[in-house]
Formats: sequence, C-alpha cells, structure tokens
Amino acid sequence: MYRYIFFRLVNAIVVVCGVSLLVFILTRAIGNPVDVMLPIEASMAERVKLTQQLGLDKPLLTQLWDYFSRVVQGDFGMSWWQRQPALTVALERLPATFLLVGASFLIAFVFAIPLGVMAAIKPRSLLDKICSTGSLLGVCLPNFWLGLMLIIVFAVKLGWFYTSGYGTWRHLVLPAVTLSVLPLGRITQMVRSAMLDQLQQQYIITARSKGLAEWVVVIRHALKNAGVTIITISGWELGRMMAGYTVVIEVVFGWPGLGHLVVESINQQDFPLLQTLTFVIASIISLLNLAIDLTYPFFDPRIKYD
Amino acid sequence: MDSKPAAIDTNGQIRTTRPRFYMAKSVGRKLLKDKLVLAALVFIIVVVLLSLMAPVFSPFDPGQGTIWERLKPPVWQEGGSPQHILGTDQQGRDVLSRLIWGGRVSLRVGFFVVLVSGTVGTILGLSAGYFGGRIDGLIMRLVDIQFCFPGMLIALVFVMVLGPGEFNLVLALAFNGWMVYARMARGMVLSLRDGPLVEAAKAIGAPPVKIMYRHIFPNIFSPLLTLYVLEIARIILAEATMSFLGYGIQPPKASWGLIIGEGRKYITAGGWWLVVFPGLLIALSVLSLNIISGWMRTEMDPLQRGKSLH
Repeated sequence: MYRYIFFRLVNAIVVVCGVSLLVFILTRAIGNPVDVMLPIEASMAERVKLTQQLGLDKPLLTQLWDYFSRVVQGDFGMSWWQRQPALTVALERLPATFLLVGASFLIAFVFAIPLGVMAAIKPRSLLDKICSTGSLLGVCLPNFWLGLMLIIVFAVKLGWFYTSGYGTWRHLVLPAVTLSVLPLGRITQMVRSAMLDQLQQQYIITARSKGLAEWVVVIRHALKNAGVTIITISGWELGRMMAGYTVVIEVVFGWPGLGHLVVESINQQDFPLLQTLTFVIASIISLLNLAIDLTYPFFDPRIKYD
Repeated sequence: MDSKPAAIDTNGQIRTTRPRFYMAKSVGRKLLKDKLVLAALVFIIVVVLLSLMAPVFSPFDPGQGTIWERLKPPVWQEGGSPQHILGTDQQGRDVLSRLIWGGRVSLRVGFFVVLVSGTVGTILGLSAGYFGGRIDGLIMRLVDIQFCFPGMLIALVFVMVLGPGEFNLVLALAFNGWMVYARMARGMVLSLRDGPLVEAAKAIGAPPVKIMYRHIFPNIFSPLLTLYVLEIARIILAEATMSFLGYGIQPPKASWGLIIGEGRKYITAGGWWLVVFPGLLIALSVLSLNIISGWMRTEMDPLQRGKSLH
C-alpha cells in the first residue's frame, strides 16, 4: 500500500516537474521576458541591466537549476505584475476556483448518476434517448457561448442572476451551471455504459434469483461495481475542469479564480506567475489522480495495492 | 457483392483484386436511410463549400464596414435592413459575410491542426508500438505527462510566448493534440505486431518502416480516421475558445470564436445576433462531425455494423 503510494507520488512529481520544465523552456528559451517588460525605446544598457537582474544572462541549465532549487524551498519568485510572491498571488485565487469547480461538479455528479442509471435500466427508452442526445449536445456546445446565452436569457432578459461578479450564490448559479454541462453529459454516458456492462453480468442474475429487491440489485450490486469506472471518469472531468474549462468560464463571468488569473498573467506577460500557476494546477491534478486511485479498493476489493 | 478476391486476367497471370469499392454502394444506400447522418453530412459539405468559395458567396467585404450602419439587427427584426440579412456588427460590417469568412478560418485551423498532430501522433504511436522497449517507454511517458495536464493551459503559454496569430495557434493546438493519436495507434499496433500478418512480412524480409507503412497502417487506418474526424470537431471548439479569449485569430480577420468574443460586449445592449449565429454554427459543425464520426465508427467496425444508435 505505502509502496504504491510512494511510487504514485514519484510519478506525480515527475509529471509536475515535466510540465514545469516545459513551461520553463517555452518561456525562457523561445520568448524573451526583457523585451516584454521594457518599453521599446529602452536603451541597450537598461536591457542588459534587467537581463542581469532577472538572471537571464546565465546559461539555461544554471537558470533551471536555480529555479528548481528555489522551488524546492517553496520560493516561486516574485510576480512581475503584482510585485508580490507569485505563490501568494496564485493561492489567493484558489478558493474562488474551488467553489466554482466544486459547485459545478456537485451539480454534474448529482444529476449524472441517477440519469445514467435510469438510462441503463431501460436502454433505448425515451429517457435514454433524451440523455444521449443531451450529452451529445453538451459536448458540442461551446461552453463560453452557452454561458453567454444564459447571460442573455437569465441575467439580461429576466434579471434573475448577475451577468458577472463574485460573492453571493446568485453570482455562482450561472457559471456553475455552464461549467457543469460538459461533465454532466460525459459522466451520464459513462455511468450508462458502465451500468449496462454490469447489469449483463452473471452475479446480477444470481442476485435477482436470490429474490433481492430490484433497487438493491441495481444500487448495491451493479452501481457499486460500476464505481471504479465512474469515479475514474469523474476524477478526470474534475481535473479537466480545474484548469481547462474554468479559464474561459471565469473570463465570461468575471469570476476571480485561477483561470482568470491565468489569462491576466498572460495579458501582463508575467512569466513567474504563469510558471507558478501551471505548477499549482499540475500539482492539484496529480494529487487528485492519486486520490482517485486510492478509492478503488473501496469499490473493488480485488484491487489491492501491495 | 460482385468482387472476387483473386482473378486470372487475359495474360493468364494471377492478379489480386482488392475489393475496394464493394462497400461504397451499400454504404451509400444506408446513408439515404439514416436521415440524421445524411443531414450532418449535408451540413458539413455546405459549410465546407461556403468556406472554400467565400469570395464568391459572401455578399460584402468581411473587413470593411460602414460605421453609420453599425449594430443593425437581422432583417426580420425591427430596424434591420434587407441588405444585411443577419445584421451588422459594431463596426458596421456584414455579419453574414463575416460568418462565411470566419468559417473558412475555423475549418482551416481544424484541418491543419489535425493534419499535423495526426501525422506526428500516428507516426510516434506506430513506432512506439512496433519497436517497444525504450522508445515506447519514452514516447508513452511524454504522452502521460501531457495527458495529465490541461492542454488549454499549455496552448495559452505557447501563444503567449510566440505571439498570437493563426500559424502559432495551429502550432500550439497541434503540440497538445498529438497524444490521442499516439495512444490509439500504439494500442492497435500492439494487437497486430505479434500476429501472422507482421510475421509474414518480416519473413519475406520487409524493412520495419515498410512493415509499418504498408502492412500495419492500412489495418489501423479506419479507426484512426474516425478519430481524425472527431478531433477536427474538438479543434474547432478549441480554436473558438482561444480566439474568444483573444489569443487565437487576430482582428481584422474573422473566425467564429473571435466574432463571439468581439460581439460579447454588446449583448447587454441587446446585440444578440453578434453571438448567437456564430455560436450556432460552431455547435452545428461540431455536432455534425460528431455524428459522422460516430456513424463511421459503427459502419467501419464489422462487429458493430448496423448497431448505430441513431
């Protein structure tokens, strides 16, 4: 068990370092931060001075070593734009993103499980068709556009919710619903197919012939066995929401989270901040994947980590 | 089915005839029955044709507007003019023309990204699966690292460093799209590699590259093709998102995502047509490609043929 966790942690560190390295190389080797930070009319001397200040005149490998040795000590450098430690700036935005992602994931999960189960119990029924059509639509609608449509209807025309901002639950509803559509569709489809697989197994026939109530067969037997697949896919979706989809949703709704900060840091060409953000996001996703792995034995006791 | 696997031609030599077109007829007949897939196919063909012939079809210059005609609603709404069927934007440019030219850009990006990342990904996946060992380990580690991470973020970093623009956008999206193909190609190669097909090819002394290209690739092509189609849909969405955020296609060019991004400021003032139409086009194109890809998957896989849900 501990051995397994250890190996997975090592793996997670490799992934996080890999992503950091990629961003590092991209930002330092291809782009030139000095050109971005100084106005065009700046003199050569000023450029050289800033290059030295930022340590960009050293060889790339030395820079890399400097960077990683400081990261190990928890020092991610200063944000050029905010003039504060980059890690502080990034962590300040974390709660807003967690709130948004948590709320949308809750919506997606709470609706997806019963919908998927019901669709699987009666395949090709009306509900099943509605579910698969809905899921397909959810995948195909550009989510930022869906957000704008919701704003037009519910904020501009009806005035129920706010067009943008952060603070009350009325701010949260529209972005959370928009963000939940894609994972809702995909998790529903996954629950459906996993349940269909399980319901055809031999043990279901045994359970039924024992005279168990149908809901016990479906929930306690089939659903629990489908759990591994469902949790894996849900975790995936959660990870992809964390930084992929929230970026554009947070921009649409003016939500002060990590995703919004990513776009702001790019606008400000703030390399240390962006580097920190990718590090934070990669760490969260890696830890999430590890957490998901550790839930497997609960659903399938045959899975043992030793 | 009137084709024969082998025939003797007039010279008395045995020649093999590949049953190339025997499927075309039956597939065509089935297509006519399957209304949804047919509709999707027709829609995509119309969009592609409109994009290819944008200079012919577009009624106005997409980059030139008359400022006193700005923000005119569509023709059926009060205040709309019959000249601009879908209205005009904030600079008085014709929305319909911009949509047609924007489709050209969106489809072009989708096509080229899949062309580049599909080629690279397939080749890497083929090599990883065929050679195994260290090459496999290295390539698959790369795939894993990128898989665990939202590509959107890497694409944004890419564009930030290289500067926004169509070419850089294609590079950025291709850079984080190749893993899907590599994974799929590798998986399928593994199931073929130790089979009699490859063994026979090896026995007659075919070099590895030729085995991969002539013997393995044709056998895994049809599942890959469905993936290519599906990925074009995904890239169209990704392009729209990047352009919407302002890091993709740059004005005065038009792309569907960019039109939404530019029109976004005017929705509170009632300018709904600036965002609704491009969004619908994106959604319908992506939907059509998804339907076509799903249909291809069920049609091309003999085990699943005819099981299409639609």
